[in-house]
Amino acid sequence: MANVKLKNVVKNYGSLEVVHGINLDVDHNEFVVFVGPSGCGKSTTLRMIAGLEKISGGEISIGDRVVNELPPRARNISMVFQNYALYPHMTVRENLGFTLRIAKKPQSEIDQAVAEASAILSLDPYLDRRPGELSGGQRQRVAMGRAIVRHPDIFLFDEPLSNLDAKLRAQMRVEIKKLHQKVQTTIIYVTHDQVEAMTLADRIVIMRDGYIEQQGTPLEVFEKPVNTFVATFIGSPPMNLLHGRADNSGKNITLDDGVNVAMPSRLAGKYADKDIIFGFRADNIMPVGHTLPQGDESVEIDMTVTLTEPLGAETLLFGEIGGTQVQAKMLNPRIVKPGEKLTFQIDLEKCHVFDAQSEMVLD
Amino acid sequence: MRRSKLPEWFVLLLPAFIILAAVVLIPLVLSFYSSFTAYRLTRPDSINNWIGFRNYVRLFEDAGFWWAFGRTVFLLTIALNLEMLLGLGLALLVNKVTWGQRGLRTIMMFPMMFSPVLVGFQFKFIFNDNIGLMNNALQSLGLTDQAIPWLVDGGLAMFSIIFAEVWMSTSVFAILILAGLFAVPQDPLEAAKVDGCTPWQTFRHITLPFIMPFIYIALAIRSLDVARAYDIVKIMTNGGPANRTELIWTQLARTGYVDAKMGLANAMGYISIFLAIFFTVYFFRKLNASRQILGMAD
Ligand SMILES: Nc1ncnc2c1ncn2[C@@H]1O[C@H](COP(=O)(O)OP(=O)(O)OP(=O)(O)O)[C@@H](O)[C@H]1O
Ligand SMILES: [Mg+2]
Repeated sequence: MANVKLKNVVKNYGSLEVVHGINLDVDHNEFVVFVGPSGCGKSTTLRMIAGLEKISGGEISIGDRVVNELPPRARNISMVFQNYALYPHMTVRENLGFTLRIAKKPQSEIDQAVAEASAILSLDPYLDRRPGELSGGQRQRVAMGRAIVRHPDIFLFDEPLSNLDAKLRAQMRVEIKKLHQKVQTTIIYVTHDQVEAMTLADRIVIMRDGYIEQQGTPLEVFEKPVNTFVATFIGSPPMNLLHGRADNSGKNITLDDGVNVAMPSRLAGKYADKDIIFGFRADNIMPVGHTLPQGDESVEIDMTVTLTEPLGAETLLFGEIGGTQVQAKMLNPRIVKPGEKLTFQIDLEKCHVFDAQSEMVLD
Repeated sequence: MRRSKLPEWFVLLLPAFIILAAVVLIPLVLSFYSSFTAYRLTRPDSINNWIGFRNYVRLFEDAGFWWAFGRTVFLLTIALNLEMLLGLGLALLVNKVTWGQRGLRTIMMFPMMFSPVLVGFQFKFIFNDNIGLMNNALQSLGLTDQAIPWLVDGGLAMFSIIFAEVWMSTSVFAILILAGLFAVPQDPLEAAKVDGCTPWQTFRHITLPFIMPFIYIALAIRSLDVARAYDIVKIMTNGGPANRTELIWTQLARTGYVDAKMGLANAMGYISIFLAIFFTVYFFRKLNASRQILGMAD
């Protein structure tokens, strides 16, 4: 059993606090993804779990054993580093087998483990090369292989796919997912790519500036973002956010340019006379006639298209409401010229309302 | 004015050629030539007295010369190994220091700033059996009650010289190895920690391969240095007692300038050059191999 518990974990560098009391429970065999913008403390948190960075406060336990003071080697973890961190003076074979060699395993066992890892990651042709003679993607795979060979309790991945091209990245994403199903290990995975997070995670942990903003399954964080940061960070394109004000009945919202929309019925009457932010995804605003089957609640709104991005099966339409850019989707697309004025339907059931001050969701 | 017919590149390089010839080529040829003559400084015309390989043959049969040769190799081996180990230790310690490291690095270089002749005098005094610091200290600490004849006893004299050499030049290793330590990438070190390495294993498998090139550079530099060791020995023991610290170059200087047998001395010089070349080539080979391993060589 290798669950990981973070209790109030704090990290400062000198007087600068970069991680502010994080609480997190990772279950055995769970695939947890840390996601957040650059500099938010993902790597730092991961490195604290690995033991490469001393924690300044709180408690980290792995498998119910507090590891605050344990060196990395005593934690039985594997880590794939953001920039591979291969041993440049060893061949791929030696890189893969190094951890077992250090553990004084018999040569036959090392050979077998290396062969297995190499087969999983198709590294056979490169076994006798040095890292300097490999492409970025190949190095990435070696780094991954080195982690597999160890049979750790926990895998830690720090943006392992950030240096790969789009195709290889998609391929490796599948490989990692398969690997998780095959080896049945706890995985903590850092990325700033929300697509990677959505596709891989059992649970997504969204971080900003050293705080955890929200954690939950990919669907939860997508459908029920707790604040505007999560709403814009998760999902592509990001959620449209329009400033407005709920009227004194709490049943209508006046957006900044005077457009009126109804308050979604689940919220109607709850928040009267309040500055709010009205949020909806591109999937929930579509030109009339090019929509999904609509729910009971919807509003229509006119918008001039300023830019289009045809994606094939659908087209992204850009426009402005009250000076704020809005992205909409068009299914079964026809050609739309910039400047054309269309009537859009917004699916109110899927809309989100946030407090304008705190930017937290209202529900 | 008539333009010179010589090609431009030649004219441009001519000063360099002339300087090279004057500074390197002529002395080289002259000394090499004279090693085949019975040239004596006291009778300049003896430089015309061609005797073929007689000087070399004499040296090959001269046990004294080969003892000096052997002693030089011995000094080189012991001093270099000690300096390397101590320098490595020193560098590792200084590398751990986070506050005041610049100052430490400067202090570390002090011994290199002294003239070897002065270092020789200093240690001659320290190891003096009557008034020397070493005996005084040992006696006050009650470790011995006799005066130990550091520079007079055959075995101890060599030890004292090695001590002085090591004192003066350990910092060459320390500085170069420290530079190497600064250049070790952090990522593989962290990966090794995660892979289960103890601090010693991390050093042995990751750090050491990275600083090996620097160690070999220091070894190459210092092997040339020690192979021509002269000043410290000349001052401290002058080859004594009873030739027990006679090295190639002290013997060579004695032969050339005291006995005035310059032809013979030059022959010695050419044999000793092989020693220097051997060590240099050896360490450079090692250096290239260790760079190759790190993927630094082309
Ligand atoms: N050694 C250090 N000294 C001081 N500050 C540091 C140090 N290492 C990291 N930081 C700071 O800590 C914060 C978090 O860094 P961290 O590397 O965890 O970010 P990250 O989320 O991994 O970002 P990225 O996606 O760019 O890798 C950053 O603001 C960074 O400037
Ligand atoms: Mg990072």
